[in-house]
Amino acid sequence: MSNVPTELRYTKTHEWVARNDDGTLTVGITEHAQGLLGDMVFVEVPEEGSTFGAGDDCAVVESVKAASDVYAPVAGEVTEGNEVLADAPETINNDPYGDGWIFKIQPEDEGEYNELMDSDAYAEMIAEEEH
Amino acid sequence: MPFIPHTDDDVRDMLDAIGVSSIDELFDEIPAELRSGGLETTPEGVSEMEIARIMQERAAQDETRLCFAGGGAYEHHIPAAVWEIATRGEFYSAYTPYQAEASQGTLQLLYEYQTMMASLTGLDVSNASLYDGASALAEAVLMAVRANRKSKSKRILIPRTVHPSYRKVTRTIVTGQGISLEELDYDRDSGYIDPASLPADPGDFAALVIPQPNFFGSLEEVDALTDWAHQHNALVIAVVNPTSLALLKSPGEWGTEGADIACGEGQPLGAPLSSGGPYFGFMCCRQAFVRQMPGRIIGRTVDLDGKEGFTLTLQAREQHIRRSKATSNICTNQGLLVTAATIYMSLIGPAGLEKVAAASHVNTISLVEKLTSLDGVSKVFDRPLFHEAVLKFDSPVDEIIQAMSDQGIVAGIKLEDDYPELENCLMVCATETKTEADLETYKENIERIAVRQMSC
Amino acid sequence: MLIFEQSKSGRKSAAQQPAKLVEVKDIPEQFRRKSKPLLPEVSEMQAVRHFTRLSQKNFSIDTHFYPLGSCTMKYNPRGCNSLALLPGFANRHPLAPVNLSQGFLSCMYDLQEILKDVTGMKEVSLAPMAGAQGEFAGVAMIRAYHDAKGDTGRTEILVPDAAHGTNPATATMCNFKVREIPTNKDGDVDINALKEVVGPQTAGIMLTNPSTLGVFERKIKEIAGIIHDAGGLLYYDGANLNAILGKVKPGDMGFDVIHMNLHKTFSTPHGGGGPGAGPVGVSERLIPYLPVPLVVKNDDQYHVVTEKSCPDSIGRMSAFFANSGILLRAYIYARMLGSEGMNRVAEYATLNANYMMKKLSDAGFELAFPNRRATHEFIVTLKKQAKELGVNAMDYAKRLLDYGYHAPTTYFPLLVPECFLIEPTETEAREELDGFIEAMKAIQAEAESDAGKVKGAPYTMPVKRLDDVKAAKELDLTWSPVEQ
Repeated sequence: MSNVPTELRYTKTHEWVARNDDGTLTVGITEHAQGLLGDMVFVEVPEEGSTFGAGDDCAVVESVKAASDVYAPVAGEVTEGNEVLADAPETINNDPYGDGWIFKIQPEDEGEYNELMDSDAYAEMIAEEEH
Repeated sequence: MPFIPHTDDDVRDMLDAIGVSSIDELFDEIPAELRSGGLETTPEGVSEMEIARIMQERAAQDETRLCFAGGGAYEHHIPAAVWEIATRGEFYSAYTPYQAEASQGTLQLLYEYQTMMASLTGLDVSNASLYDGASALAEAVLMAVRANRKSKSKRILIPRTVHPSYRKVTRTIVTGQGISLEELDYDRDSGYIDPASLPADPGDFAALVIPQPNFFGSLEEVDALTDWAHQHNALVIAVVNPTSLALLKSPGEWGTEGADIACGEGQPLGAPLSSGGPYFGFMCCRQAFVRQMPGRIIGRTVDLDGKEGFTLTLQAREQHIRRSKATSNICTNQGLLVTAATIYMSLIGPAGLEKVAAASHVNTISLVEKLTSLDGVSKVFDRPLFHEAVLKFDSPVDEIIQAMSDQGIVAGIKLEDDYPELENCLMVCATETKTEADLETYKENIERIAVRQMSC
Repeated sequence: MLIFEQSKSGRKSAAQQPAKLVEVKDIPEQFRRKSKPLLPEVSEMQAVRHFTRLSQKNFSIDTHFYPLGSCTMKYNPRGCNSLALLPGFANRHPLAPVNLSQGFLSCMYDLQEILKDVTGMKEVSLAPMAGAQGEFAGVAMIRAYHDAKGDTGRTEILVPDAAHGTNPATATMCNFKVREIPTNKDGDVDINALKEVVGPQTAGIMLTNPSTLGVFERKIKEIAGIIHDAGGLLYYDGANLNAILGKVKPGDMGFDVIHMNLHKTFSTPHGGGGPGAGPVGVSERLIPYLPVPLVVKNDDQYHVVTEKSCPDSIGRMSAFFANSGILLRAYIYARMLGSEGMNRVAEYATLNANYMMKKLSDAGFELAFPNRRATHEFIVTLKKQAKELGVNAMDYAKRLLDYGYHAPTTYFPLLVPECFLIEPTETEAREELDGFIEAMKAIQAEAESDAGKVKGAPYTMPVKRLDDVKAAKELDLTWSPVEQ
């Protein structure tokens, strides 16, 4: 059973979302998702200042045999991309909820965050997927 | 039965094993109304001996004595070893090296090919081939639009000195994606893009295509054009002849920063003219754009024991994984031709390629001098050129082409279909395969034909 | 050792190049190359030996059974190669005048006619240079057809989820939105799901039949009706034409446009990755949009028709005349087979596939679609082995190499977990099929008794399993002399 931290929110497309003190959200992919993809070889992070609608693809994580889009969990403007991933994509495998974060986004509507899944709902979803 | 090894006993045993009584029963899931009544116009099968006779007779009709046409397909000497080895079954009848451990031959060869092409073009990386020069340009245009991070424009500037077929193919492939190809006209006296004619404020565009040599054989001001494009935040796509790169500056050396993508026709590197194919398209680019490059790419790595080995890499860009978001739909490429080209480049080496390029160039200059010494024949453009030139005749070129082909000679390429302003112009090329006597033969025939035309 | 590592400055294959370097005086310095390109400097024999040795590190049809599903790795007759390289053909310039072209053009014309007969389509263009280009031509024609009618609201192409990756990639290149249609448990398209998504926005559907799942799509007529009723067109991906050659004509199934992979069905060489050839055939209504060039026959003379006389054509796809030399090989093959031989292709390809399917099933391997006939190929799933023994399809594939068999297609189609897509083709003898089946049984026994042995395979290849992660992360795509 993979780790699903309770303090985070989640999407159906396996992003995790953390709320920061400055109102931005930090986004990454879950431990479950990185496990499905395998060893990361490349991550394309969104550029600072680019804007996305909720559900838009805004980053790409790539393993040897798969490439997967990462979707914006909420509408907003990207305030930072994780530069570390350019040289060390394996950070996502090693620390998906920590140093392996992918980008930070300033939400247009703070309410959207509250509509995301909580850890119980996400844990239930991946448990069902496995059956 | 041709190419089917089964004996009657085999068939019987196999049907028994499956548990059916006839081969036909194996097709019982196909609705009866769809079953065809068989082929109608296809002739009955013939033996290898019979088809050999048929093909020999047909090939004999096309027998060319001397070819002075280029235009993107050049007759160079191909060392005997090239196709002897390329058609070894182990190369000829293998497929895409999905099982790397059982394909190290093809994979290592492709890695060597990538190295050679990257060096010839002066760029960092190469893919393992595209279909031909024209489709390679189309893919380069798509790639440039994806790769240009400074411009969101889908506008491409493309000189009329780029091969007309390349422009047509590019149009076919890219227009569906909303990319617009804007043509730049050429200088009528010199047959090149005069940098002074470029607009000071061209607006936003994704890339400029620069051919070197250009379709007419003329040399473009590649340094000025490259810098101009880069000043306007556009990428530079070089379209080059690989033979010429033994003599001419590589795209990586153009201007202050070099071209960003180079592509072109690989045919001069060991592929026979063969009516237009199979050839191969090559594509090289700077390291920064490698993930935007279409097609197969081979990387060197190590095996479990740390031993050097080669494998397909960056596959996540490709259609079989990325599906609708792939960099291109390309799957099969031109592997066999790349095999031949790699062997060709190894046999010919850097010195040999320079000799081929120089001899082809000097022969063409010599042919041009011989022909323009005749009345009624003149050189159209006054630019420096590489191994191809445009000549204007006082008499109709259709008749010249016809009269020459009656002698088994391909006189050159007529231009006015694609360039109405170049009426009665013929583009000629004499590669290293032509002797002094061949050039004289051309001249004598022109003299005879032109004299006959004047006397009519 | 790389060819560059055998290179020595000043060494050359003297007999293969012009005797001397002639001086070029008229190209100004500003245009000249300054650096020597990194091409090998070796003798003729060094080059011959190097590349001959490299060839020996390959599996190929000529050396090994190569049941790569969806790729139709059948024997490539040698005669096709040598006759296509007769001097009259090999030395013909693509823009040679018409009286030095009649031999070549007659072959192209005849090939167009044969392909029309085989597919049941009204007209054929040989222009596309590979299957994916044929797909592109097909979808571009569908777009041109709708556009010509002013029907510009058709923005979607439907693609079954089992389709080749080239299908969705092609639809995207033609600026269509791709909608995936699910497959039902017997391998047919889910008709109800199809009905739900078809509408006025549907430009067409791309189908492979038999599908990539190795089964014949039985409801094809119904699917054709649904799509046509909605105003869409049907595209046939000819990747699996070998299964029905001479038996069923795609034109009779209701398809409007089809591409063929001549390097599969018509046995032209796969060449370590290509070239291919992907002619397209169309029904009446798409004829105006066919890609050029086309070959026509007037008064016993053959002519090339270009965009000039076909104003609605989607245009050119290659600089000259497609992969002409490959088209010649396909023509020679088609003539040697003849009408009755083509029928036999489908029959014996199907016999071989069903035989292998039954034998593997008897040996305990799980079939993806046990209630269906195999077409020319079929799918085994190794999901049980992966779960219970920890030995997956890739491990079986690598171990097969040690037994002297090229692996089937693995992990495609994506729908079937841990799958092997196995296509024996008609040119394999029964003994070869039996050998493969025995190897599968032996590997199964190994997996049960010593899983590690299978997981460590291969052992007998020039290299062991390669580090793909390193290859993708630390890109090493060209050799450079500083390493020495």
